[in-house]
Amino acid sequence: MTPPPTSDTAASDTANPDTANSHTAATSPRRAGTRPVSGRVVRAGGLSLRLAPRTLVVAAVVAALLAAVMIVTLTAGEYSLTLGQVLASLAGRGDETGDFVVYTLMLPRLLVAVLVGAMLAVSGGLLQTVTRNSLGSPDVIGFTSAAATGALVVITVLGGTMLQVSLGALAGGIVAALLIYVLAYHRGVSGLRFVLMGIGINALAVAANSFLITRASLHDALTAQAWLVGSVNSRGWEHVVAAAVTLAVLLPVALSRTRSLSMMELGDDTASALGVRTGRDRTVLIGVSVLLAAFAVAAAGPITFVALAAPQLTRRLTRSPAPGLVTTALVGALLLATGDLLVQQLFPAAQLPVGTATGCVGGLYLIWLLASEWRGKGRYA
Amino acid sequence: MTRLRAEDLTLAYDQATVANGLSVDIPDGSFTVIIGPNACGKSTLLKALARMLKPKAGAVHLDGKAITSQRSKDVAKRLGLLPQSSTAPGGITVGDLVARGRYPHQSVLRQWSAEDEAVVAESMRLTGVAGLAERVVDELSGGQRQRVWLAMVLAQQTPILLLDEPTTFLDIAHQIEVLDLCADLHDDGEHTLVAVLHDLNQACRYATNLVVMRPGGVVAAQGEPSEVVTADLVEDVFGLSCRVIDDPETGTPMIVPVSRTARSAPAGQPVGASAGESQHHGPVAVHEDAPL
Repeated sequence: MTPPPTSDTAASDTANPDTANSHTAATSPRRAGTRPVSGRVVRAGGLSLRLAPRTLVVAAVVAALLAAVMIVTLTAGEYSLTLGQVLASLAGRGDETGDFVVYTLMLPRLLVAVLVGAMLAVSGGLLQTVTRNSLGSPDVIGFTSAAATGALVVITVLGGTMLQVSLGALAGGIVAALLIYVLAYHRGVSGLRFVLMGIGINALAVAANSFLITRASLHDALTAQAWLVGSVNSRGWEHVVAAAVTLAVLLPVALSRTRSLSMMELGDDTASALGVRTGRDRTVLIGVSVLLAAFAVAAAGPITFVALAAPQLTRRLTRSPAPGLVTTALVGALLLATGDLLVQQLFPAAQLPVGTATGCVGGLYLIWLLASEWRGKGRYA
Repeated sequence: MTRLRAEDLTLAYDQATVANGLSVDIPDGSFTVIIGPNACGKSTLLKALARMLKPKAGAVHLDGKAITSQRSKDVAKRLGLLPQSSTAPGGITVGDLVARGRYPHQSVLRQWSAEDEAVVAESMRLTGVAGLAERVVDELSGGQRQRVWLAMVLAQQTPILLLDEPTTFLDIAHQIEVLDLCADLHDDGEHTLVAVLHDLNQACRYATNLVVMRPGGVVAAQGEPSEVVTADLVEDVFGLSCRVIDDPETGTPMIVPVSRTARSAPAGQPVGASAGESQHHGPVAVHEDAPL
C-alpha cells in the first residue's frame, strides 16, 4: 500500500481533471467585458442595475405592434375613419363624427381588450411562477370559471344589473381562490397541490355553470351563454375605468415583489434561505393574481388562454427564466387586441365574441406546448 | 457562547413530534456533521437551525437572538443553507444561478455591484465551475450541478453554512470531491459548517465535531469523532454490530459491520441490525484493506 497522504493534501490537490480545467479557465485572463452573469450592467455611484437587452427589445417591439393593432382597429372598423381623422380625434382636434365613433363606439371596446389582456397575462404570469407550473393559470385552476359562476348566479337567479354581474364575478373568483388555498394548505402551499386542487375546483365550477344555464329561462340563458364565452363587445367607459384602476393599483404591488418572485423559482427552501419571505410574498402574489383575474372576468367575461399563453410566449420570446411582468402584460394586451381585431374583421356580422378567437389560438398553443415539453425535457411539477 | 445554538427545541410536523427538549451547540469554526439512523430527526434539526421549520417550543439562537425574530435578509447574510433538493429555473445559466446567491446583499437600486461580481467569480473559482459560467444548468452532470449549487451558497458569503445531505445522488468520487471542497472551506478558518451525512465513515473522516442522534431526536453523543465513535455507540444508536478500526488513510474511526455469518452465529450478538441499514455504510473495499 502507498504511504497514506494526509487529509490536508488530499483535500487541496483535488486530482480531478474537470476541476483542474476549470481552475485554469478562471485564472487565465478573461476577455474584457466578460461577466459571469447575462445581460448588461449599468453602474453609477452606489447604484447598479442589471438590464436584459433582449427583454427591452422584445418589450419595445411588442409595444409597437400593439400600437399598430390599435390604430388598425380604430381605422378599419365598419365606420371606416381615415388615419388622419382618428389621430385628430385622439389629439382632441377631431370633428363630431370622428369623436363619436372613436370615443363612444370604438375606443372603450379597444381599451377594455388591451387592459383585460394585460390583467389576464399578469395574473397568469404570477400564478405560473408562484406555483412553478406552466398550468398554474387562472383559467386552468378555476379562478375564471368560478368568477363566471358568480356572474351566472347574478344573471340567471338574481337577474341583476351589469354592475351586480361584475360584483358576482369578483365574489366567485375570490371564493374559489380561498377554497383552493385552504384545501391545498398542508405545511404551506405547494405549487402542484395548488394546481391539482384548482383543477378540481374548476371542474366543479364548470358543472355549476352548465347547471345554471340549463335551468335558466331562454332569454337569461342566451345572455349568460354570450357572457360565458368572453367578449368585449359593447363595453363602455365604466368598464375601461374599472379595469384601468385595478391594473394601476395591482400591477405596482406585483412589481414590488418581482425580485422575490424570481427567487421563488429556486424552490421555497432555497429562496427562504436566501432571505426571501416566501410565505408572505406568495400570499400577496396569489392575492394579486386572483384579483386581476376576477376583475378581468368582471369586465369581459371568462376569456380563456390569454393568462396561460402570454407568460409562456414571453418567456420564450425573451429567452429569460425571470418573468418580466411588464413585457408579459404587453404580450397579453397584444394577444387580446389582435384577437378582437380578427373577430371584428373576419366575422363582422356575427359579432363573434373574442373568447372564441383566443380559445382557438390558445388551444392550439397548449397542444404545441405540451407536445414539445414532453418531447424535450419534462419540466413539470 | 457559540454563534449558533439550539436550545430546548420541540420539533414537530403537525401532530407528529420529532424531537423534545433538543439542545445542540455548534462550535464556532467547526465542521459539524450530524449523523443518526433514518427518521431520527437529523434533517429536521438542520431545518430548524436554518429557520425552515419553526420549533413548537424552544428556540434557535443566532448571535444571541432567536433566529425567528430576526429579519430574514439579515439572517441570510450570516447563515446559508444548501437544501436537499433545489430546482434550477429552466434554461438558467450557471453564472446567473450562482449570482442568485447575492440576493441578501442586493436591493432594487443595487442589483449588481462590483463586489457582487467579484464574490460570484471567486465562488465559482473555489468550486471549480468558473469554466461553466455560460452553460445551462439543466445540461450539467449531477456532480457539476451540486458544485454549482454550492457556489451559489458560497456567493451568499455567510460565515455559517448548513448542508442537508450534500452528497446524496452523487457517486463515490463526486461525494469525496464535494466533501473535500467542504473541508477546504472549513480549513480556511472563516467558515463554520454543519452537514447532515449518511455515511458514518465519511462523517468520521471530515467532521471536527460529530453530533450523533438517536431516534426521537435525542443527541446520543457529541464531540471529536475519535473520542465519541465506539462499537457500543454504533450498536446502541443504529442497532448495528460492528467493529471500529482506524481508517488506514486518515487514522479516523472506521466502522466495519460484522459479517452476516458472525451475526447469525449464536454468540449472543443481537440480530437487530436491519439489512438495509448496513448498505448505507458499505465502505469502499473494506474486506481487502481492513487489516483484521
